[in-house]
Amino acid sequence: MLKNYETVFILTPLLSETQMKDIAEKFRKLLKDGGAAIINDENWGLKKLAYPIQHKSTGFYHLFEFKAEPELIAIMETEYRREEAIMRFLTVSLDRNAVEYNLKRQRGEFNKKKEEKEAVA
Amino acid sequence: MTLQNEPLNRDTRRKKYCRFKRSGIKYIDYKNADFLIKFVNEQGKLLPRRLTGTSQKYQVKVKQAVKRARHLALMPYVGDSLK
Repeated sequence: MLKNYETVFILTPLLSETQMKDIAEKFRKLLKDGGAAIINDENWGLKKLAYPIQHKSTGFYHLFEFKAEPELIAIMETEYRREEAIMRFLTVSLDRNAVEYNLKRQRGEFNKKKEEKEAVA
Repeated sequence: MTLQNEPLNRDTRRKKYCRFKRSGIKYIDYKNADFLIKFVNEQGKLLPRRLTGTSQKYQVKVKQAVKRARHLALMPYVGDSLK
């Protein structure tokens, strides 16, 4: 059965723009070859980390949202561990509400939603 | 004269409520660190339910989201004067 997943990884800031894109492309290909349907593909660019990881204070963030068989996740994560440029990664499975939320986020209703949340707070 | 402690602002005391239930938020995003910062204190520790009023159901989700955000360095594990 296909499930919805979301994965974020942080690349070291030592890479050049093209190297970073190559690695993202490599994982995009890995997902596609594994029979995953990519729903969302986001590059957050160079972001400041809240705390240093491997003595680095910044990192390139990249996010994939996709639909895949659960078996693919283990394969993907082993690839993450093999890739030295990846400092940190997180893969989560998404439930119904999360999928809905991400759809809204993708459509750009995110900022509206944020305002709404802030109004409540 | 009464010896019992009574809240000073008895008239202005408002009932606590769960903001997620009230505004119909069903999913708490770990990527939105600006929002999650409301549920931690200045040191970056999670605030208890008794202070935020969050229901048990959503407190679990807040906890999960904060922990994920920390893992991805979107929020600090330990901080100093976060707010």
